[in-house]
Amino acid sequence: MRERLAAVYADEWGRIVASLIRLTGDWDLAEECAQDAVAQALQRWPRDGVPDRPGAWLTTTARNRALDRIRRSATETAKLRQLAGETATAHWDVVEEAADVPDDRLELMFTCCHPALSVEAQVALTLRTLAGLSTAEIARAFLVPEKAMAQRLFRAKTKIRTAAIPFRVPPAHLLPERLRSVAAVLYLLFNEGYSASTGDDLVRQGLCAEAIRLARVLAGLMPDEPEALGLLALMVLHDARRPARVDDAGDLVPLDEQDRTRWLRPQIAEGLAILEAALRRRRPGIYQVQASIAACHAEATTADATDWAQIAGLYDRLVRLAPSAIVELNRAVAVAMAHGPAAGLAIVDDLAATGALAGYHLVPATRADLLRRLADPRRPPRATARPLSRPAPTRNAATWPAASPSACPDHKLARATTRVLGAQISPASL
Amino acid sequence: MKYLMLVCVDEPFEPPAEGLDPQPWVNEMDGRGVRLFGDRVRPATDATTVRVRDGETVITDGPYAETKEQMGGFDIIECRDLDEAIEVASKHPIAAYGMIELRPFWTE
Repeated sequence: MRERLAAVYADEWGRIVASLIRLTGDWDLAEECAQDAVAQALQRWPRDGVPDRPGAWLTTTARNRALDRIRRSATETAKLRQLAGETATAHWDVVEEAADVPDDRLELMFTCCHPALSVEAQVALTLRTLAGLSTAEIARAFLVPEKAMAQRLFRAKTKIRTAAIPFRVPPAHLLPERLRSVAAVLYLLFNEGYSASTGDDLVRQGLCAEAIRLARVLAGLMPDEPEALGLLALMVLHDARRPARVDDAGDLVPLDEQDRTRWLRPQIAEGLAILEAALRRRRPGIYQVQASIAACHAEATTADATDWAQIAGLYDRLVRLAPSAIVELNRAVAVAMAHGPAAGLAIVDDLAATGALAGYHLVPATRADLLRRLADPRRPPRATARPLSRPAPTRNAATWPAASPSACPDHKLARATTRVLGAQISPASL
Repeated sequence: MKYLMLVCVDEPFEPPAEGLDPQPWVNEMDGRGVRLFGDRVRPATDATTVRVRDGETVITDGPYAETKEQMGGFDIIECRDLDEAIEVASKHPIAAYGMIELRPFWTE
């Protein structure tokens, strides 16, 4: 019963909260009433049985509870008004059947990921209101004290109310920019989970599943947006390598050493199909290109069979779509694999000359490896990929440092993109 | 929702050679009924800061915050939501040189 409820909870929480925010405009009330409905289900379902449409049951219960509470507080206000000699004017519409309730999760996503909120706040709000994680769980996932996380959520909700951040899908002229903001938050969530590897990080690993779940919702609600599909394809393809990424000792296994028979083939097939659907729209974007790179790796049955020329070409497109020093470094490695260490080295040297990644250990590490290969051509080329196979520098959620702060100095979205692309360098891609 | 638009520039502010004329923006926003009021203000060197401590009025020359960015003007705008306020602010000619801070009014 509890498992059944947990599954319904995961599927329905975001929908219930979104619909209650639409109904009441009150974020706290929405969460509390959704929580109340779950508590009632825990009490009644074991006794009365699970209703035919458990999601609709939860939504209706939560909405009735919300209206009840609003009515009660309206009555109290009315009593006060009568005392003050005024007449009450509040009246409430009859609740419609839950089946007719539109899906408001897309509005909720765009509000949670509004660029007027800090990225930390966007992430926390998304996990709380759409994924239904508790404040304590979010705090654990991002290594922040629970009290600080509660404060962060409180401040974000206060700003949404007092600054009038709208609850709606942005109009067409704002959509591309705002969609990038939503996608950046979901991909950041995914990477936070993906970079976790040990048992202590179980909560963080759960972030991958939540990110994929939310990306599915986003792609389902925006079927005409190829980048929403590209983002989902990217996550699904990376996640398909999960069983081979960690060895028995719990250490991360570099991509070129992974046992590819352990990759989840049906999931790879799904990722490829989603990517194909995205590419058919012929509106390329950074997530589709990254997913294409992941697809190249996924389709190679051995590390040696990897189509590095195609990957180098894809990095070339990525650099042009979203210029970033980290992506350029990845491109250098791919070019070295495809066209020899000298070609890769030229890119690394140009990059080092810009100073954009000064102090970033992977620049000298990559350079050293390419120089070794130049000196000793018999050295197996796959060794090049190794420096980049190590985890990216820890991205502490409390500060979210951009991987290369100087790459895109002052544009917030560009910074977010850099951060997301910075995740590229994690074991996910190379 | 009413917002205070603080129009800020780095002082001393040197306008670009072609000049910065906020008038077309003012006309557009007045026409839309979005802008309620606003004006330029004199630079921070002309500011006077007033504090009352232990019943005594303390007057100092200059702005309360010694920062490079100073308010060069302000507008009060009334918008549907923050997205509209952002759109209005981003059209102000100073947005391309300095910055604009949007502060929602406390009561609405």
